[in-house]
Amino acid sequence: MASLSDAELKEMTQEERVTALGMRTDQLTGLAMRIEFNPDEEERFEYPWAPVVDFNKRTELDVDEMTSTEANARIRELMAEGYGTIVIHNPRGKHSLGVGILSKLNLIFEGSLGYFGVGLIDGPNVRINGRVGWSCGENMMAGSIVVEKNAGSTFGAALRGGDLVSKGSVGSRTGIDQKGGTIIVGGDTGALSGFMMQRGRMVVCGNAGKNLGDSMYDGTIYVGGEIQSCGVDAVPGELSDLDKAWLTRKLKQYGLMPEKGVDHFTKIVAGRQLWNYDNLEPSEKKLIL
Amino acid sequence: MCGIAGIIHKGKSSNVGGEMTSMLQALKHRGPDSTGYAVYGEGNDGDYVMRFVLAEQEDMSKGFDMHEVVAARLVEVEKRLKQHGAKVISRKEATDYAHRFVIQHDGDTEEMARHIEDIEGVEIMSMGNGLELIKDLGDAAVVSEQYGLNDFKGSHGIGHTRMATESDVDIRSAHPYWAFPYNDVSVVHNGQITNYWIMRREMERRGHRFMSSCDSELLAVYTADNLANGVSLEDSLRRSIEEIDGVFTYLVATKDQLGMAKDTMAAKPLVLYESDDLIAMASEEVAIRAILPHEIDTTDPYDEEVRVWQA
Repeated sequence: MASLSDAELKEMTQEERVTALGMRTDQLTGLAMRIEFNPDEEERFEYPWAPVVDFNKRTELDVDEMTSTEANARIRELMAEGYGTIVIHNPRGKHSLGVGILSKLNLIFEGSLGYFGVGLIDGPNVRINGRVGWSCGENMMAGSIVVEKNAGSTFGAALRGGDLVSKGSVGSRTGIDQKGGTIIVGGDTGALSGFMMQRGRMVVCGNAGKNLGDSMYDGTIYVGGEIQSCGVDAVPGELSDLDKAWLTRKLKQYGLMPEKGVDHFTKIVAGRQLWNYDNLEPSEKKLIL
Repeated sequence: MCGIAGIIHKGKSSNVGGEMTSMLQALKHRGPDSTGYAVYGEGNDGDYVMRFVLAEQEDMSKGFDMHEVVAARLVEVEKRLKQHGAKVISRKEATDYAHRFVIQHDGDTEEMARHIEDIEGVEIMSMGNGLELIKDLGDAAVVSEQYGLNDFKGSHGIGHTRMATESDVDIRSAHPYWAFPYNDVSVVHNGQITNYWIMRREMERRGHRFMSSCDSELLAVYTADNLANGVSLEDSLRRSIEEIDGVFTYLVATKDQLGMAKDTMAAKPLVLYESDDLIAMASEEVAIRAILPHEIDTTDPYDEEVRVWQA
């Protein structure tokens, strides 16, 4: 690293300082640099390995006697055979069903799921005619999940995209670390919902528990009922006409539009007053200042 | 990570032994080290069911004369029962080291229990009119088979599958815990209690005994202390949320009640199913589905939630 004086460093923008101090190079190699997509290919939005499925080709699968691993492997086999609509019977609370599907698919569960249901998905439209346990839709990137009944805690943890809907009530820490997408709850949500939220939107038609939006960095939370308390740095925002139009559209889409409309919703946003908000990590600070 | 489960039938008796076995076996992946049951039968007025062990399971493979040692301990237990005026109505042996006595006794059961536990290696699992507390190493199918629980009839029960984290893999550290000396009170717990030593010191100063160094035992002793001071079960559960630090969900059963409490962070899971005649709860939905395969509505209790149901 070339020796730079404090004065020179202070003159630089943050980006220039980071490069000058060797914290970033443009000569990365290894797995992170592997290219999966052909940049010359046009209008292909799926993963290269994604099976071509036909939504009109429908099949049913009874997973009662299967383990979660066997059921998930069978779903992939059916997709490889071109089935675009798969109905799963007798999930009976099994964990991790339907995880990691990275292509388009209509997936319907006739029953309830356990933990980590349909997490890490990128594209499928999922309907669950039952309840889900903890961490449904965790790390989901795109697509939609509609749960007809209640959901457990950490519903949509680290959600990155898509729509995640529970028509009933959900547990605690809903949307913890949410990084995008939309979470919609037809009923109530528990404590610490929206904790460390970074992006995206969360809509709770019922009541919210204590410490709502604690330490949120960004994103928006809408609550139709009572809020037990807001967390650190979560503050009320102004519900604009754009907010109301968006809420109306989304809630109507999933049949959750309240009879009295959406004017009563409270909007919660980040106060951006956290000590480390938009700031450098301590180790970075030590290097630069 | 441990698994807890509970079931209570309102106003009727059912095969709670078999039901609890199905639920706990479905939770095996949450903790395979040991399994425990506190099931509540109908019982006869004036009779006590005393479940006790004479040694740890692993002790039975140590030394050539261990079987003679536990036989001698059993003789001593009977001798001390007689000394306290207790009459043994029936005896049943699940293993060499685990026994079930039905006794008649009119005196002070606490004094008698303390005297019996003074025998080296002997621990009373439970003493009660309806309560039978069974715990041993292995999964629910193994323990249920060993102790003949599949046909146990009763109104309610709680159970536990344990993944040992902060104390040993032995019967002593397995759940449920009996709230000594309160007949018919038992506790199962999933979580970690962070002010265990502070609370244990306080409880020991008040004269309570601890048989293990497992933090969950504190909840049983704490409940016993509250009941001794005239606090209701529901108030004891509420008070625990204020006074016990850590992350926990625990269940308490008495002769005719089953209660639950969840900590302020709601960090430990519980799924709840309620109908007019049956309430079932477990760490995971899969356990409830093991006994109720048809589609049902279940909920997650929230932080600081306390519930008590009557049999």
